[in-house]
Amino acid sequence: MSQPLGAPPLPRKSIPGVAVRLLRVLGALAAAAAVVFLLAHGLELLRDRQAVEGFLGEAYQRLGISNDAVTLTEGGLTALSGKLALGLIALLIGVGGAWAVFWAAHNLVAQLPYRWRERVVPFVFVGPAILFLCVYLVLPAVKTISASLSEDVLAIPDLVPEPYRESPRVAADFVGGETDWTFSGYVLDAGELELARVRDGERSALLLVRPEQVPAEGGEEQRALTLTAIGLRNFEFAFTSQDMHIAFRNNVLWLIVCTGISVALGLVIAALVDRVRYESAAKSFIFMPLAISFVGASVIWRFVYAWQPPGRVQIGLLNAVVTAMGGEPIPWVVESPLNTFALIAIMIWLQTGFCMIVLSAALKGIPHEIVEAARIDGADELQVFLRVTVPAIRGSILTVGTTVFIATLKVFDIVYVMTGGRFDTEVIANRMFVEMFTFRNFGRASSLAVILLLVVVPIMVVNVRNLRRQGINE
Amino acid sequence: MTGDGAVARRAQRGRRRGRLAVHTAILLTCAAWVLPTVGVLVSSFRSANLMRSAGWWSALIHPFQAGQWTLENYASVLTADGMLNAFINSLIVTIPSTVIPITIAAFAAYGFAWMRFPGKNALFAGVVALLVVPLQMALIPVLRMYVSLDLNGTFPGLWMAHTGFGLPLAVYLLYNYISQLPRDIFESAWIDGASHYTAFVRLVVPLSVPAIASFTILQFLWIWNDLLVAMVFLGTNPDVAIVTSRLTAMIGTKGEDWHLLTAGAFVTMIIPLAIFFALQRYFVRGLLSGSVKG
Repeated sequence: MSQPLGAPPLPRKSIPGVAVRLLRVLGALAAAAAVVFLLAHGLELLRDRQAVEGFLGEAYQRLGISNDAVTLTEGGLTALSGKLALGLIALLIGVGGAWAVFWAAHNLVAQLPYRWRERVVPFVFVGPAILFLCVYLVLPAVKTISASLSEDVLAIPDLVPEPYRESPRVAADFVGGETDWTFSGYVLDAGELELARVRDGERSALLLVRPEQVPAEGGEEQRALTLTAIGLRNFEFAFTSQDMHIAFRNNVLWLIVCTGISVALGLVIAALVDRVRYESAAKSFIFMPLAISFVGASVIWRFVYAWQPPGRVQIGLLNAVVTAMGGEPIPWVVESPLNTFALIAIMIWLQTGFCMIVLSAALKGIPHEIVEAARIDGADELQVFLRVTVPAIRGSILTVGTTVFIATLKVFDIVYVMTGGRFDTEVIANRMFVEMFTFRNFGRASSLAVILLLVVVPIMVVNVRNLRRQGINE
Repeated sequence: MTGDGAVARRAQRGRRRGRLAVHTAILLTCAAWVLPTVGVLVSSFRSANLMRSAGWWSALIHPFQAGQWTLENYASVLTADGMLNAFINSLIVTIPSTVIPITIAAFAAYGFAWMRFPGKNALFAGVVALLVVPLQMALIPVLRMYVSLDLNGTFPGLWMAHTGFGLPLAVYLLYNYISQLPRDIFESAWIDGASHYTAFVRLVVPLSVPAIASFTILQFLWIWNDLLVAMVFLGTNPDVAIVTSRLTAMIGTKGEDWHLLTAGAFVTMIIPLAIFFALQRYFVRGLLSGSVKG
């Protein structure tokens, strides 16, 4: 290519210029290598407790704090000083790590020729986020859908004799002998609970071996189960079992009652506090539960609902009120269907503040003239509220409702902590957790997760469509 | 004449009665909202015997009675029940799980807002679609991946899981803010030869402090208060368990020891409440912009 006219002649590349450039490239490479090295080592250290103990022990030894050093190397990370040191390492790696990676990547890219750089830079900026989203959300979602259709825990107790457990033929031997099920490894081997994965071509299943649950007979029946254990069986369970019927009924109750009352109450409170001078203080009180965890809220309300047999001192607030008025103490969390409403009340307590804050901001955005005009036309306060105010903030009400709806759909902590799903309080999200965490029945748990996803698909579609309509920055 | 005055007076009286009703309604609601928490706070400072013999409100009636208050519950919860350890674990989990996603999301938001690259719109639509995906969809496959990589039960594993789950909202919120920054400042910076990285570090980050602060608070509270993700990826081993899972374990083993449970609950709530009261303005702003979270 010839030089454009009028441009000053390019300086000839001098040797020092090349050397500087080379040095820069080498420097960027070295920096990147150093970041990778430090992060890899740091993460390794954090992964392996013993390594941390050894590392800290050695460090303490060098610093001359030998008492603590001995405790640490002998496996005493519970010592407060060790814990704090571990925390510092963790924070350094966790907080500095992400920045260091971007910085190193930027240095590397900066060494590329201009045209290449312009093409690569966007992916340095966006790439890590996309990578994380793929690894932690997109791929898992695909796998969960596939697992819901293809996996089942086969509750075959203790049918696998000890010597067979390591054998690749184990499944073929006990799943009936005629199939091509092959053993493809233990998923979990934790003493009382063992899970093996077996495969037959496309189909795969998990085998649960729980020595404490050994029905002497029934082996045959269980074997028959294995062969039909695929396809929509997990969903069949989800839609036909008695437990799940209760869970579905409760979920519908949660969604309607919790969303409805939270939004309505939030709206009314927002409208009321708009008229008083201590507005911000009142809002703070109602809004405070939002900072409290579901578990914390559950303890708070478990205490409010606490029940003692009649005649004993009631230390729970509600039963104290009930008995003071001459009633019998009510076992709020045990009596069905009252208990489901008692649990829903906790979620309402948590979510109303959120609704109030958003709707209050929306209320303040309504032009004064509209409200005044309605008043002058002779509308009373209730009419103004229902005919003018509410329609004006319809959009905000919808958004808030959707947010509370999604939060309620996924609620698990409250049920898990308050009742564990007993006394007919089961909901889908809690059952999903129990199937996964307690029973290790990943196929069923996956099918329940898919059901939760199906409920929010319409919301997802609307969100993406709105985005399309608004367009994104070019 | 007199009739008119009577009407006006009656209207005024009606309005006054209306205002009284409004005040009563607000005060009653506030009381109903605050009393449960006050009960826990008061009870956490009462001895086991007193707790069993009378409701917590009796402490407020005789606040100066000898032996009414004690700190023993906290001492016991922090040491014997491992709450202090869990508290440090919670900090180790929460701070990186807040900083990492915000860092990654801020870079990505800048990329989506101010760069051109193929597939941008589709990728961003994907981010928006992921906003409402229930994270239950991801738990099992990620757990399996962690088991095979030996990452389950480790802090870095949990940081990365929280990062993945928090990113859609983080990218979306920060994009909304960063894309609204005036175009001129970027253009003059680029003309002056600033690289995207320089523009990001020198311009975008300082200008986005309000948005970053709001999201930091939301994400911090969400992770501090999380039980599900921590239970699945960190487990319940007391060495690594965070405050919420320790408290859940306490409910299982000491369900009726209210003097301990209330103290334990308050230990888990102290940081979120402090943040809430100190940084309420940012918290509100974050909520207002983030009411699409899935």
